[in-house]
Amino acid sequence: MKDDDIVLARGPSFYVGRVFIYGCLLVFAAVYVFPLLVVVLTSLKDLDDIRSGSILSLPVRVTLQPWYDAWFNACVGLRCTGLAGFFANSFAMAIPAVAISTAIGVINGYALTQWRFRGADLIFALLLFGVFIPYQIVLIPMARVLGIIGLANSIPGLILVHVVFGIPFTTLFFRNFMISLPGDLVSAARVDGAGFFQILWRVIVPISIPCFVVSIIWQFTNIWNDYIFGATFTSGDGMPITIALNNIVNTSTGVKPYNVHMASVVITALPTLFVYIFAGRYFLRGLMAGSVKG
Amino acid sequence: MTSLRNTSDQAVSAVGRLPSAQASAMRRWTGARMAQIAVAPSLAIIAIVVYGFMLWTGYISFTRSTIMPNYNWAGMLNYQKLWANPLWLIAVENIFIFGGLFILFSVAIGLTMAIFLDQKIRAEGVLRTIYLYPMALSFIVTGTAWKWILNPGLGIERLMHLWGWENFHFDWLINPTYAVYTLVIAGVWQSSGFTMALFLAGLRGIDEELIKAARLDGAKSFQIYRRLILPLLAPTFLTVAVILLHQAIKSFDLVVALTSGGPGNSTQLPATFMYMQTFGRDQIGVGAASAVMIFMTVSAIIIPYLYSDIRRVSHEG
Repeated sequence: MKDDDIVLARGPSFYVGRVFIYGCLLVFAAVYVFPLLVVVLTSLKDLDDIRSGSILSLPVRVTLQPWYDAWFNACVGLRCTGLAGFFANSFAMAIPAVAISTAIGVINGYALTQWRFRGADLIFALLLFGVFIPYQIVLIPMARVLGIIGLANSIPGLILVHVVFGIPFTTLFFRNFMISLPGDLVSAARVDGAGFFQILWRVIVPISIPCFVVSIIWQFTNIWNDYIFGATFTSGDGMPITIALNNIVNTSTGVKPYNVHMASVVITALPTLFVYIFAGRYFLRGLMAGSVKG
Repeated sequence: MTSLRNTSDQAVSAVGRLPSAQASAMRRWTGARMAQIAVAPSLAIIAIVVYGFMLWTGYISFTRSTIMPNYNWAGMLNYQKLWANPLWLIAVENIFIFGGLFILFSVAIGLTMAIFLDQKIRAEGVLRTIYLYPMALSFIVTGTAWKWILNPGLGIERLMHLWGWENFHFDWLINPTYAVYTLVIAGVWQSSGFTMALFLAGLRGIDEELIKAARLDGAKSFQIYRRLILPLLAPTFLTVAVILLHQAIKSFDLVVALTSGGPGNSTQLPATFMYMQTFGRDQIGVGAASAVMIFMTVSAIIIPYLYSDIRRVSHEG
């Protein structure tokens, strides 16, 4: 709302209001930062320090030992091999799954918008429903099918699952992006003699770069952060990092190393936080696209 | 945008070499065929993994499946078992408590932040970034962090004691009556920034002329919000409510990380109940029945919403 153009009398009540608004916004900001601050502070303390201080007190002696332990020898159940392998698992799962689901999304979006054929809207609606289903309804059959095709408890199995359940999202992104492209773009290229895939590659892909960014960020964040598929379809060394993190925290052998737990939390969160900080604008666009269809 | 115009220009300039109308119609026909062929695999995959698996789970819910799916017909047995199970009743009660409070607080906090941020605030970008970063995190990360903060011995309780509030007592995480509210705290912390972003987008989409006109008529800011802006935000309220409700019903990871359903199963939600029955207690039939209940609830919310949304969009063009 712009109220510049109207001259308002700015009496003392205006300034009281401003102070109140800024005060509230800062309190909110503090509430949002608080958990991150607590987690990072705890990850830099030794256990004595944790017991003698509070969650917000500064470390008496800053130590990176919890980070080292989290990465190399935190215990998942009885195996104390650290997060490193699970971190690698999550990347090995996320990168192919993001690439494949995004590639399928761009083809679908292009086919559904630039070549208006009968039933395109119905097909889109059928795919779109996949965005909203609760995954509980597919877990049992999926577990059976992965077992039958020999991909149970494997990274390729998880890639497959994330690709197939990513298709509705990526199709939604590209379809909604491309529906607003001018129609003469493709018809002109068509008149020029270009075929389906030529037009896709030469005309559509170059102008869809922003949508690629949205799709890649969204898919990466979702796949990295997934818990239910990883927990259902993998165990042991094949787990993604979110499952390993949860197991580390719930492994109870003697004294709980809260500092190692919190270092593990930061390590698990870093890749998606990194994406958010460097591409927040596109991240938000993905969130919005998932909520405002059409 | 410039690249868009360039490609368009190139394409248009190429129209000079116009082939025969027949060849063009032919290409259009094969192109449309190609488009259909290109979407066919996705449609087939979704037909199997969404619609097929849905029916498969539905079928299993009517069988005597225990540790493995089997296909001995059991009629409504699993549904009777489900609704006679006290754990399921707790889960259903909890989803009403959690869902209701989660939506209420997310909307209240998100809307307040959006309205405040919309008052030409310095450093709006920085504040927005801070409010939204939880959305980038896994619920496992959020749950684990809050589990530590709410730790009855060493967490926020101790912080208050050290700050001089000696008899501050906060043990919700291990209190069966209040543990479900810790889910609300962590859930709202994670999702209210997103709610803020949706409301802010809604506020920025309102026609400024309307507000100017109201102001010239002498309306006060508060009245403008109550009488004009909030009613205009009705579609945003609907979107926010549907998304949050959908998120609440699917909630699984947050419970796993924060309370593991405890203490004493007091924080089970339908999603965790389904998982526990199916993969923990070898009651696949009952698990499938609960999955069907979850699915039908989500569908009852989402299908009318999607239907009206698609209709609206196709009417607008």
